[in-house]
Amino acid sequence: MRGINDLKPTSNPIKRAYLYLEEWFNLSFGEKWNPLYHLGPLTFFFFWIALVTGLYLFIFFDTTVSGAHASLEVIINEQFYIGRIMRGLHRYASDAAVATIFLHIFREFSQDRYRGIRWYSWFTGIPNLWLVGLLGITGYWMVWDELALFIAIGSSKLMDALPIFSDSMARNFMPGNLGGRFSTLLAFLHLLGLPMFLIFMLWFHVRRLSKVEISAPKGLAIGALLALTVLSLVVPALSHAPANLSKVPTVLHPDWFYLNIYPLAKDWPAGQVWLLVGGITVLMMFMPWLPKKKTGAVAVVDLNHCNGCGQCADDCPFDAITVQARTDGAKWKNEVVVAPQLCAACGICTGSCPSSNPFRKTSDDGLLKTGIDMPGLPLDQFKRQTDEALAKLEGDIKIMAFGCDNSYDVETLSAPNVAAIRFFCIGMMPASLVEYALKNGADGVFISGCRHGDCYYRFGNHWMDMRIHGERKPALRARVDRSRIRIFGAADTDGKKLKKEFQAFCDSLASQPPPTGAPHTTAQAEEARHD
Amino acid sequence: MTSPLRYLLQALNFAVFMAIIGYFSANPAVRNLEEGLAQVTLAIGHAGQPVRPCRERTAEELAALPPNMRQPMDCPRERSPVIVRLIMDGKPILDMTVNPPGAFKDQGIDIYRSIPIPAGKHHFVAKLKDSVREKDFNYVGEKVVDLAPADLLFIDFHAQMGGFLFK
Repeated sequence: MRGINDLKPTSNPIKRAYLYLEEWFNLSFGEKWNPLYHLGPLTFFFFWIALVTGLYLFIFFDTTVSGAHASLEVIINEQFYIGRIMRGLHRYASDAAVATIFLHIFREFSQDRYRGIRWYSWFTGIPNLWLVGLLGITGYWMVWDELALFIAIGSSKLMDALPIFSDSMARNFMPGNLGGRFSTLLAFLHLLGLPMFLIFMLWFHVRRLSKVEISAPKGLAIGALLALTVLSLVVPALSHAPANLSKVPTVLHPDWFYLNIYPLAKDWPAGQVWLLVGGITVLMMFMPWLPKKKTGAVAVVDLNHCNGCGQCADDCPFDAITVQARTDGAKWKNEVVVAPQLCAACGICTGSCPSSNPFRKTSDDGLLKTGIDMPGLPLDQFKRQTDEALAKLEGDIKIMAFGCDNSYDVETLSAPNVAAIRFFCIGMMPASLVEYALKNGADGVFISGCRHGDCYYRFGNHWMDMRIHGERKPALRARVDRSRIRIFGAADTDGKKLKKEFQAFCDSLASQPPPTGAPHTTAQAEEARHD
Repeated sequence: MTSPLRYLLQALNFAVFMAIIGYFSANPAVRNLEEGLAQVTLAIGHAGQPVRPCRERTAEELAALPPNMRQPMDCPRERSPVIVRLIMDGKPILDMTVNPPGAFKDQGIDIYRSIPIPAGKHHFVAKLKDSVREKDFNYVGEKVVDLAPADLLFIDFHAQMGGFLFK
């Protein structure tokens, strides 16, 4: 029984569109620098640029209504190119952050990484769009130019439609009424209030993830900074004419990344605008339950086989496993505990447990046990599946293929000389299973999984790769011939590439002498398994 | 892939990304007011008068009330709807009746309306009626204004300052 993850994920057009975009970036940047693999850190990086340049601008910026516009003109026109670059970087990095945020949303949505236990990150992430939007709106408002006046009146109309204020906010922006209090409030919101609240909300957003990456790869960061600097010089970020309460702004150039709602608010009744944006927000927040994702049975700890080493806790991508003091009186100091509500049922913990070893003896009940196991596909079951598959292999070159449920289906490689087994995540595969397959009749082991640099369960293919290369525990033993192992990550759209790589692996195996000590007849293999 | 080609592709990707950022950070433009037009904005924050006049309580009525509620005047909570009319060159360009909000219809009303008008010299008459007990508009203001394109005429209302203020 494979449980619900037995179903092959459907490749929908949105997912395929994303995968082609990802492939293009892999071609351009490589897996290490692919921006789509670092959208969160890139967004952080853009906010860092906005923060640093914002601090610079704040030194020279006059936050009063009467002095704001003129002080910005001084920064842009009288500071050689520094002020122009700083303001350009401030605006364009903020815009780029919105672009990466929406790419991030698109990525998680297209890859179905927002439901199940991931509802939390999605649900807490959507309100941040409002905070980011408000940051941009208050920023443009502070400039107090024609665009700011347009925003001020538009915002006031929207606020007046809510039963919050007793007096009309829009009346503040009539000739002779405007005081300095409003700009003080805006300055506080833009410079301190909103950024602090956003940081707090981002902490919530990533709280259920382990090993959160916040620094973009150096090369990517340098490239982005250079590109933004060039843009700042080529297309300087300029203000509109100063706000004049006796004049109506006629033609405006709004920043569509932040101010897209205002042109709509100009023509639509405020109530309808609120209904639209509120409706979109609520719909997006509740998308993880439309429909709800069925998650398989969560990981189960068997203390009889757990020495509390904590490797599974270290490998878990969702911080679902914690190490605590031993409770069963065994000689070990610690044990691990699974928080069911946080467990994605990916099985990476099974792959990381040193007890998940097919060479181990079975328990008294005849089952192969491990310290942490997946009820949907226990170690004993996939060891038996491997045995059965190896026993059926025929031909000169016998290959065992291992893959996962969220990448290109390795079972399409199945042939009389090729057997394939899928795990929930390739990180679930114990490295020792590769050695086991090679010792029990396979001439080679082909391992697939999500594309390198990406993983449906965040780190599964990365941990597997490190274990096979002896860089992470529990590692594949050094004496195992690596030339008989091929790892190739492949998404749903990578069928041709995967088959080409597989053929190249077959050719490579054909040119090699048979593995020493490995059984090459069914009888030998059977004998080896009984040893 | 060779490094130079990869760097070229990276530069191309950054250029496309920056072109998108650069364009949408200020484009497409939005026309807020058509060419040759001016705008009149009417802003009123006002509470209508009570629907009935206040009445002085009798000594017996006051005695029947708890000591802390012995207000000499008995005034209704409900306020009158506010009727506003703005006439430009003899033709109404705004005519609205705003009912007082609140469960007991006892709150003030807020009106903020912007109306584009052709630029030029215009005669404006603003009228407001805030009592169901009045037969006609009890506040009237008028002014002739010469507006250039994109000029804004702000018509404010303050009952305590005599009614309409043209700014």
